[in-house]
Amino acid sequence: MASAVAIDSVSLIAGDRTILRDVTLHIAPGESVALIGRSGAGKTTLLRLLNGLATPTSGVVTIDGAPMSGDLAARRRRIGTMLQAPALFPHRTIYENVATVPRLLGWDEDRTRNAARELLAQLELPFDRFASRFPRSLSGGEQQRVGIARAMIAEPPLLLCDEPFSAVDPLVRRELQESFIRLRDRGGVTMVFVTHDLAEALRVGERVVLVDDGAVVCDEPRARFLASEHSLVRRFLDAARIPEAS
Amino acid sequence: MASEIFRATLQHIVIVVVAVAIAAAAGIPIAIAAVRHPRWGQRFLRVIDVIQTIPSLALFGFLIPLPFIGGIGVRTAIVALVLYSLLPIVRNTVIGITGIDPLIREAAIVMGMTDRQRLLGVELPLAMPAILTGLRVATVIAIGVATIGAAVGGGGLGTLIFRGVAMVDTARILSGALPAAGLALLADLLFSGIEKLAARRWGRIP
Repeated sequence: MASAVAIDSVSLIAGDRTILRDVTLHIAPGESVALIGRSGAGKTTLLRLLNGLATPTSGVVTIDGAPMSGDLAARRRRIGTMLQAPALFPHRTIYENVATVPRLLGWDEDRTRNAARELLAQLELPFDRFASRFPRSLSGGEQQRVGIARAMIAEPPLLLCDEPFSAVDPLVRRELQESFIRLRDRGGVTMVFVTHDLAEALRVGERVVLVDDGAVVCDEPRARFLASEHSLVRRFLDAARIPEAS
Repeated sequence: MASEIFRATLQHIVIVVVAVAIAAAAGIPIAIAAVRHPRWGQRFLRVIDVIQTIPSLALFGFLIPLPFIGGIGVRTAIVALVLYSLLPIVRNTVIGITGIDPLIREAAIVMGMTDRQRLLGVELPLAMPAILTGLRVATVIAIGVATIGAAVGGGGLGTLIFRGVAMVDTARILSGALPAAGLALLADLLFSGIEKLAARRWGRIP
């Protein structure tokens, strides 16, 4: 089957810094991939290649069989992206925020409203209570859930997430991960998820890709990743272990 | 006398409104261009910075010998006011747009908004409180400078002040000075009110 996402021999050099070196990564439709690595390893840049926020110095990025070039605005409407914070538009109501992509796609108002109502209800944000409020009146966790709804409402076949839950406490984070996974599992969504949290990577990713110093150093299905002998993988696993009480 | 003050006040308001409207119509697009092309924008900001430092009477003096835009009359006064109003409008609009949270700007890009949709739907609304501050400062400055515009035949309340000075007639001086000061205060209050409304609407405290 053709790859949903294909990164072929991509290098990215910014000034005198090499951010990505000859990365090749193919992701099949419906696959969930967690990109993990240390800060500055290049995992966020790798993700940004996929929505055109970063442009390779050499190599090709292909999404759904078409290279990522030309009119990116239209392509981006079919790619759901969650950034490091919900980054809701503060001057728009919750409904208007969630309706952003449907409006860009030209959905009619009834369809948009019904989809928003259903999605917000699944995220435990009752439409009648939240739709006409502004983001600043919501808690951090609620804003995050609106962010999930805004990214997913148009059911994009590809979903990109850049540490979307990094700013919330562990309990809210867990809830968000679960509602997020439930939504993801509704359909055959291809997902690329950047995180530096190994537990999160293993929870959301069927396949784990470890990036270090701009290169892919380990790329395995979850179970094989856990058994990997690669030294950096071992260090990540050791760091994530909770010490036993003595 | 009363009708004279009324006429001069009205004329003053017209001059200021026309000048600030022209400055806004030019300044806001200039600011948008300056944000899109920062290197070019910085240079332009420096030029209008320099214009702002020229004393107003000297600026009127420079404009009088210029063909088409200069000469004696209301046109010269308006040109000078436009030049003075440009800086606060451009500078504040630039600050307003560049001050938007980068993640929010990025969110607009990744959702597939075109340049134009981002500008009209996200950047300008979020910059609105700052743009309003620029308009307020520009208007207050223009009301003050317009009184000096009477020296080049610009009309308005300055005419009463200059005539009063020439005639050593305090009442006449005040008949121009008091309405001018009142206008400035009124404009400040008016814009502060609009800024507060905008902040409530767009969720920012200016």
